[in-house]
Amino acid sequence: MTLEIIGITVLWFFLFGYVIVGSIDFGAGFFNAYSLLTNRQHILTNIIQRYLSPVWEVTNVFLVFFFVGIIGFFPKTAFYYGTTLLVPASIAIILLAIRGSYYAFETYGSRGHKGYSFMYGAAGILIPASLSVVLTISEGGFIDMVDGQPVLDYSRLFLSPLTWSIVVLAIAATLYISAVFLTWYASKAEDAGATKLLRKYALIWALPTMITATGIIVELRAHNPEHYANILDVWWAFLISGLMFFGTVYLLWTKRNYGWAFLLLVGQFFIAFFAYGWSHRPYLLYPYLTIYDGFTNETMAIALIIAFIAGLCLLLPSLYLLLRLFLFNKDYVAGKKEDNHA
Amino acid sequence: MGNEEAVFFSRLLTEMTLSFHIIYATIGVGVPLMIMLAQYVGIKKNDEHYILLARRWARGFVITVAVGVVTGTAIGLQLSLLWPNFMELAGQVIALPLFLETFAFFFEAIFLGIYLYTWDRFENQKKHLLLLVPVAFGAAMSAVFITMVNAFMNAPQGFDMVDGELVNISPLLAMFNPAMPTKVAHVVSTALMTSAFVLASIGAFRLLKGSNHIYHKKAVYLMVKVGLVFSIATAIIGDFSGKYLAEYQPEKLAAAEWHFETSEAAPLILYGILDGEEVKYAIKIPFALSILAHNDPNAEVIGLDQFPEDEIPPLYIHYFFNIMITIGMFMVMLSAFYVVAKWRKWKFANSRFILWLIVAGGPLSMIAIQAGWWMTEVGRQPWILYQIMTVEQGATSSGSVDIMVVAFAILYLILGIGSVVVLRRMFRNNPVEKELDKLDQERLEGDTK
Ligand code: HDD
Ligand code: HEM
Ligand code: HEM
Repeated sequence: MTLEIIGITVLWFFLFGYVIVGSIDFGAGFFNAYSLLTNRQHILTNIIQRYLSPVWEVTNVFLVFFFVGIIGFFPKTAFYYGTTLLVPASIAIILLAIRGSYYAFETYGSRGHKGYSFMYGAAGILIPASLSVVLTISEGGFIDMVDGQPVLDYSRLFLSPLTWSIVVLAIAATLYISAVFLTWYASKAEDAGATKLLRKYALIWALPTMITATGIIVELRAHNPEHYANILDVWWAFLISGLMFFGTVYLLWTKRNYGWAFLLLVGQFFIAFFAYGWSHRPYLLYPYLTIYDGFTNETMAIALIIAFIAGLCLLLPSLYLLLRLFLFNKDYVAGKKEDNHA
Repeated sequence: MGNEEAVFFSRLLTEMTLSFHIIYATIGVGVPLMIMLAQYVGIKKNDEHYILLARRWARGFVITVAVGVVTGTAIGLQLSLLWPNFMELAGQVIALPLFLETFAFFFEAIFLGIYLYTWDRFENQKKHLLLLVPVAFGAAMSAVFITMVNAFMNAPQGFDMVDGELVNISPLLAMFNPAMPTKVAHVVSTALMTSAFVLASIGAFRLLKGSNHIYHKKAVYLMVKVGLVFSIATAIIGDFSGKYLAEYQPEKLAAAEWHFETSEAAPLILYGILDGEEVKYAIKIPFALSILAHNDPNAEVIGLDQFPEDEIPPLYIHYFFNIMITIGMFMVMLSAFYVVAKWRKWKFANSRFILWLIVAGGPLSMIAIQAGWWMTEVGRQPWILYQIMTVEQGATSSGSVDIMVVAFAILYLILGIGSVVVLRRMFRNNPVEKELDKLDQERLEGDTK
């Protein structure tokens, strides 16, 4: 394995981590707002709060890790993406900032009012949508070089069906991942009402996720034939991913073993995510930037990898402790322990 | 929008974001240690006031961390969005500490989550206290790593430039550059000093506003003591920072000191105004600049005459420098006086006048931090990477930076007001007296059970 591949794999892992933990968080906000609208808030609020409160800051670090890491391993991305993404990325930052801080304000400070919950829910949908634009741009065809500087063509971007399918996929997947996880969490908390409602949401969002994901592959055929051909090369991975999807839906449908349902879901996304990344290789940005010409020097790459391994030795035990105390602790999940918040 | 405008607005946005982030980041670095101290004293003395102090500070801390995290995320992305050429070049040499910083964030975030949600969950209180160690450590390390990056911008090394290409790269040399030791030490000690004075300031304010509770008195005394230690450290390290400047960035020191002609036995100029190259109405402390720069009253200090016109930083950094030093000296004297007065039991220590000064100490320290950063960053002009890349060369070519400046200004306004409102409401609705009563109540119920 070359250093380039190691670097991008590490980053892809953390981006995957962010997709999962971020989706759970964003979707939870949406369901909370939705249940408020339909007067069923009492069913969900408790479950959502118990999961989110101790971990929300950790979620954010996954994202930070990804964008700091990509500049470290591939400094040229700063030139191409930094110049062109000013507006879309700034919008995402502003949404993230308002959402993150007001979550803390409300949870630890004082109870807010309904308007706030709606805004919080809406931001949770808009953030995945705005971040997903980066994936669209990376497929190429939206950036032109003008006087040696990359320029993003907004009208082409917003008129492209590919853009909108990826946006829809981002939203559907967010809600689907979130609902499946929360179904499991609610069932562990032995909260029958919440489990029932969340299971319903999970089943509702399963189909749109699958349809848009398939649709995007078809659209790529016209938009980026090279990438499409590479995807067909790893068809078997997408097949396994699809089978896992059916596994999740089957377990949810028959109300069995929600833990396994969630695990299969993680497997489904993991395989699809990596198969997608593998077929995207070697391009970071079609057709301008590959992982090879965008790569940092060898010394820095090795330093970063050593730092990464050392960091991981510190991180994994800590994450394990966090999960053990809050996610796998029966009493905490069920709310039996009294509230030990500072 | 031409490149000049893009540069102007990029600078504006960077200044805005960093100046806002640094407020919360400073609290983020310093307060965990203060919480730790209070909880430690509480366990040691078996004094529930200190424990409650720790608990209430922790509650407020969550709010400031939240804003620190989201504004930090903003600046992290903005560095690439606004200064893509700089990041592309510098990233090849200085990416390591930036990358390490994310691990520090991870570490801090994980243990902060655990700490906050495990009050009273452990039989042994000391175990709970131990959870704060990684929080304080992670926060301090994030300051250390990010300051290393900034130090690199001031004193780049660890690579060679051959025909515009970077060769012989050494990430460790880049991290441990000549600006690093003084800068990192100064930043960490000022963060601790400022956090202590901010917390003292809050306690003093409660005392002035009618609550005469011993709880607040303990808080003020403890924090002023800690503040004294770190303000002395700050002044000493500040002196070393001056020596660093004299050796490696003499034009920054000369501009900050309006030192036009290279000369021996140079005086330190405080305040005043500039009329051409003539300094008017200033306070001159003889020999002091030579001492600051070289520890020798007769040493020669390089003046601005040694530099080409277009490499001289803006001269208004003089005022930033003066504000920082004045506040630094003032805080050393105030806290030293208060500690001595308390120790000798002078009545004057508890007077409203002194309490008001302590109240002012928190905001003043924060102003000193801002002034110090503005002096360092503006004093690096016109360079973004000292003597390698200018600010113009580093900036984005995007045409929409002006709109983003407006959008982020609104964001910071919302976050700033929001955090103040929430903090005030949080403590107003639940004053210490009420919480202490509740603790007593619970204990009574416990006894009768
Ligand atoms: C509470 C805040 C505070 C206080 C009281 C002081 N400083 Fe400071 N100073 C800072 C906060 C600060 C800072 C914000 O942390 C800076 C900006 C960048 C840096 O490295 O630290 C800084 C930078 C800075 C620099 C520039 C370093 C550089 O550009 O590389 C010098 C020469 C000094 N300081 C010197 C002093 C002296 C002689 C002080 C005497 C008491 C002093 N500072 C008090
Ligand atoms: C590692 C840390 C830092 C990095 C990488 C960094 C980077 C930058 C960059 C890229 C610029 C724009 C170029 C310029 O105008 O000079 C800048 C300017 C500036 N930064 Fe920093 N900065 C750091 C720390 C800070 C901090 C903590 C502050 C505190 C508030 C700060 C305050 C400023 C200010 C005020 C300017 C504007 C200077 C001017 O307009 O002349 N910086 N910095
Ligand atoms: C260019 C300058 C800077 C960048 C790019 C930056 C980046 C960041 C980022 C991305 C975060 C959020 C991390 C998370 O998600 O948990 C953050 C938070 C933080 N930053 Fe900054 N930062 C800068 C300057 C500084 C400086 C100068 C200090 C210290 C003096 C500092 C101290 C902190 C601390 C302690 C936090 C943790 C949040 C808290 O406890 O408040 N940062 N920063």
